Amino acid sequence: MSFNNHLDTLYRQVIMDHYKNPRNRGVLEDESVDINLNNPTCGDRIHLTMKVEDGKIVDAKFEGEGCSISMSSASMMTEAIKGKTIEEALQLSKVFSDMMQGKGYDDSLDLGDIEALQGVSKFPARIKCATLAWKAMEKGLRTEE
Amino acid sequence: MDVKELRKLFPILDQEVNGKPLVYLDSAATSQKPLPVIEAVNNYYREYNSNVHRGVHTLGTKATDAYEGAREKVRRFIGAKSTEEIIFTRGTTTAINLVAASYGRANLREGDEIVITYMEHHSNIIPWQQVAKQTGATLKYIPLQEDGTIRLEDVENTVTPNTKIVAVVHVSNVLGTINPVKQIAEIAHRNGAVIVVDGAQSTPHMKINVQELDCDFFAFSGHKMCGPTGIGVLYGKKALLEKMEPIEFGGEMIDFVGLYESTWKELPWKFEGGTPIIAGAIGLGAAIDFLEEVGLDQIAKHEHKLAQYALEQMSQIEGITIYGPKERAGLVTFNLDDVHPHDVATVLDAEGIAVRAGHHCAQPLMKWLNVTATARASFYLYNTEEEIDKLVLALKKTKEYFSHVF
Repeated sequence: MSFNNHLDTLYRQVIMDHYKNPRNRGVLEDESVDINLNNPTCGDRIHLTMKVEDGKIVDAKFEGEGCSISMSSASMMTEAIKGKTIEEALQLSKVFSDMMQGKGYDDSLDLGDIEALQGVSKFPARIKCATLAWKAMEKGLRTEE
Repeated sequence: MDVKELRKLFPILDQEVNGKPLVYLDSAATSQKPLPVIEAVNNYYREYNSNVHRGVHTLGTKATDAYEGAREKVRRFIGAKSTEEIIFTRGTTTAINLVAASYGRANLREGDEIVITYMEHHSNIIPWQQVAKQTGATLKYIPLQEDGTIRLEDVENTVTPNTKIVAVVHVSNVLGTINPVKQIAEIAHRNGAVIVVDGAQSTPHMKINVQELDCDFFAFSGHKMCGPTGIGVLYGKKALLEKMEPIEFGGEMIDFVGLYESTWKELPWKFEGGTPIIAGAIGLGAAIDFLEEVGLDQIAKHEHKLAQYALEQMSQIEGITIYGPKERAGLVTFNLDDVHPHDVATVLDAEGIAVRAGHHCAQPLMKWLNVTATARASFYLYNTEEEIDKLVLALKKTKEYFSHVF
């Protein structure tokens, strides 16, 4: 059901699915990267743990509080970076950032579910929600590098 | 009060947002500005922009008269004894910081107490945290009742002879609670403390008389009461202000400047270092004229009616949680089932309805409410019951929209 096409570009089914059934929710016990980040203007927060071995992210989990966009984005992000090298993850983060800003982005990468977040760029007030988890990931990996 | 006629003075309200007529329900964040205010600021810049209190030219005199005239309007508006007690600041935050940095640092020492409440805005928490750290004083909180009010006996129990400063919000920006400031002032004074009142959410909406409230300091912002951003007021009792040191030094605030020593101007100018907020003060003066013409009592009555209507209508929405007491100022803070307030605000925005979502600069209160964020609809003189009906309808749609995913 829908009463607004404009809204449907934001609240895509796959986003709602990640919100309702977040992947990789929790905290890793044997983590090598542990990072907390909040969005002080709205109160969203994320706690991201990642296990990095030989420059590769072998596992990632998150927990936190926030709206559908921030939590689904965190869920998708953790899915996407598992098995990637630090370099690949940071590259993905750049693509995501470009996508959020409505810029053209490198579409040679398989973005999978993340593509569903494209509509967020049409809602400037919500871009920060979508980027929180990615910023946490970037910040965490840069300290690891 | 003819709201339909009044709305014509607010050109911004006459527009569509996302294809729907704008319903502006975020006046507690900032109010809209009526034409007389916009014109007063415009007029100043077009016709007599000049610096004040210096030079002898005609425009300078005109600007000074307008700036000081605005101070007199503020004095009358809040019932202060003298314009010496009216200090122009950037807003409520700056005003409270001035009291904390000047009065607080000079008068607090280890063992002293600062008493605030759980419902304070960050601007009435952090300045006190900082001054407590600097002086070794202790920060104490008056607890809240289940319905978001404070009991005077809890004030009695928290304020002691060691308390030097009691700082309370007049109207809560989240709960809408109207605090018994006059009674709290009496308790503070009986214990030898001064009272600082955050009037940011009360001054735009009800008649204020600082002498009747007997508060020692009273702070408010222009932009929440139809005035421009960047202008606010600190009222302080003359006897206290006279003993206080400025916290900003430079032009405008000095009397005599030597190589190694300087002296200050008299009140209120010793607290207004640098070129003051001239256009802002003039705009605030125009806002006061406007509000007085409409009538503060009329505004309060209108908003009371809106708030009660909103409570009645909104509480019928299934799954809604409303925070704060029944008897309240013109705002309703709420949460809708499992839908995050940001998502609520986005869906409402798609319907042309502007509400605030987030922690409302009141994180300790959010913690007390056991939520991370809430949504808030706040009303002003230009809002109507019809707009509240639109809000209620849109909230029902929001619920429906999200119901298929939960």
